[in-house]
Amino acid sequence: MKNPTTAALAALALTTLTAPALAQQGLDEPFQKPFKEALAGKTVAYVPVAMNFDLTEGWYAGLKKELEPYGVKFVIRDANWNTNAGAQAVTSLITEKPAVMVVHNPDVQTYAKLLQRAENEGIYVIQINMGSAYRSSAFVGANWVEIGERQTEGVVKACEGKSNKIAIIQGALSAAASAYTLKGVENVLAKHPEIKVVSSQAADWDAAKAKAITQTVLKQNPDLCGIVGFWDGMDIGTAAAVKEAGLTGKVFLATSGGGERKGACELVKSGAFDLDMSYDVPTQAAQMAGTIKWLLSSGAKPGSVKGSEYTTLVPITKENADSQTACWNLSDLKK
Amino acid sequence: MKRFRFNQQEIVFAVFALLFLVFSIFLNGFLTAENMLTLLQNVAVLGILGLAMAIVVIGRGIDISLIAALAVPPGLVLQMVQNGHSLPFSLLIAVLLTIAFGLVNGWLIAYAEVPSLFATLATGLLLAGLGQAALFQLDVVQWSPAMDGFERLGQGTILGIPTSIVMFAIACIVVAFLLRQTRWGAYIYAIGDNPYAARVTGIPSRPIIVLQYVIASLIGCFAGLVMAASVNSMPTRVFNSTLIYDVILVVVLGGIGLSGGRGGVLNVIIGTLLIGTMLNGMTIMDISYAGQNLIKGVVLLLAVITDSFLNPRNEETAQQGDI
Repeated sequence: MKNPTTAALAALALTTLTAPALAQQGLDEPFQKPFKEALAGKTVAYVPVAMNFDLTEGWYAGLKKELEPYGVKFVIRDANWNTNAGAQAVTSLITEKPAVMVVHNPDVQTYAKLLQRAENEGIYVIQINMGSAYRSSAFVGANWVEIGERQTEGVVKACEGKSNKIAIIQGALSAAASAYTLKGVENVLAKHPEIKVVSSQAADWDAAKAKAITQTVLKQNPDLCGIVGFWDGMDIGTAAAVKEAGLTGKVFLATSGGGERKGACELVKSGAFDLDMSYDVPTQAAQMAGTIKWLLSSGAKPGSVKGSEYTTLVPITKENADSQTACWNLSDLKK
Repeated sequence: MKRFRFNQQEIVFAVFALLFLVFSIFLNGFLTAENMLTLLQNVAVLGILGLAMAIVVIGRGIDISLIAALAVPPGLVLQMVQNGHSLPFSLLIAVLLTIAFGLVNGWLIAYAEVPSLFATLATGLLLAGLGQAALFQLDVVQWSPAMDGFERLGQGTILGIPTSIVMFAIACIVVAFLLRQTRWGAYIYAIGDNPYAARVTGIPSRPIIVLQYVIASLIGCFAGLVMAASVNSMPTRVFNSTLIYDVILVVVLGGIGLSGGRGGVLNVIIGTLLIGTMLNGMTIMDISYAGQNLIKGVVLLLAVITDSFLNPRNEETAQQGDI
């Protein structure tokens, strides 16, 4: 090949021959196949304190959406607000050996020992929103103390220059979420001695009870400047009492919840709530799904790695209640 | 000894009067017109349920399924409107469901002769389960904009009186009329007093028993609508709460003996007032939840003991499935 033109032609011919062949063959990504195999046919067991409310339905829909396309199977054990039934469900699941258990604890103690046993038996345990005394592979959920602190900060700020009288509507006394939130409230109140708590009662997560308590408190203290409520599903009643007393806008009502559109944004928009600290259920579901993918594909021994994913809270106020992203619809998540 | 015998109604009224007096003197802000209205408003739904329970208890039965009738049909109304049906149509369906439910209860008790305690325990679970499994998307059924205006059933005031109190008053008048002025009412007392004698004298006792349960369910549904309107949502999970015990507390405390045939609307009003005063006073005093339950439990226990002293059971009044 003395002629440079011939050499160039030959080189050209070579590239035209080989280039298409390379493009047709592609390159195998070596990790996706084991990932798929790690997920396909695996079972995720879901044990919420009860189905049929926005949080647990949202988590379930979100998990299914993320994991079902990979061939993951789901079983639900609905404890239906019955702690005993929940403990039995967890016990029987340990013998059924799903790959992963997603557990929503009714309190700190009941499931703790069972969850430890489950991880010893080789089941990954993910705890959602309500942790137990046992720290398992992962905890995904809200930091209740932070929720209490941020709600109370909102109320304290709204009370500036006013009567400084506030009321607290707690959830059920047995629920750790309620006790943790109360701790957060106390943390902030310790820094603000000028704030006077005129009433701190448990309404049992019940809207009618919350309304009755709030009505009585407002009659006794019409100059009340703020209320810290512990759950938006219950505080619909608190808001109804405030509205009936003609004090909407004058009494700052802070609450918290999962950020479902009808239960949170709509009510903030209508003025019923002034602040709703949302722990954004779809994000929690996506984080759980991500953790499950990671755990299953890692091959780590259950219980050998442990970590927490505290939810970044979304404060819903009048400013963002209108936006598309602040809240979510259960019907959309289920699609 | 005979001179000192009061009936239970008088005892409870005396307790109520005493409690009221003590609270008025020692509790700041208790004895104000506004607080009195709040007190009544807070127990209005309980009072309406008490009326339903009273009808059944006077007829010597008990209706544990009342809370299911309170939760499910009104919840269905909210859910149907949310799904785009019109309000009148939804109400019609809910009322039909309620009547059907009352008929099932009545049939089981009057014709199949299942003791009322067990029959209504089972049907209540059935209806609540049906609601959870098939009718509602979520436990708390939210108010939808299409229902605006309907919330006046439980919010706002009529001539300065909160609407839920007015609803309680209307229910009292209707039930008092039914029990005292109609033949059916007289039959209910006769059946409650002595079912066998009532049947022998030619009273259509089985249809009347069915009627009791249908009316009780309808009143329960009405109470549910007032409650839903009052809190702008229907927390159907209320079925799992202890509300039914409060209802029994109102009835027994008011002096309607569980052995049947005694008492009336006045007893329900007295029982409701006592509970209302207790709850209101305890809330003002900011007593802890556990403390409130303890006090309620002690009062119920005292009422039941007094009841069995004043209305002693014997072979004639005892019945199967009695509580």
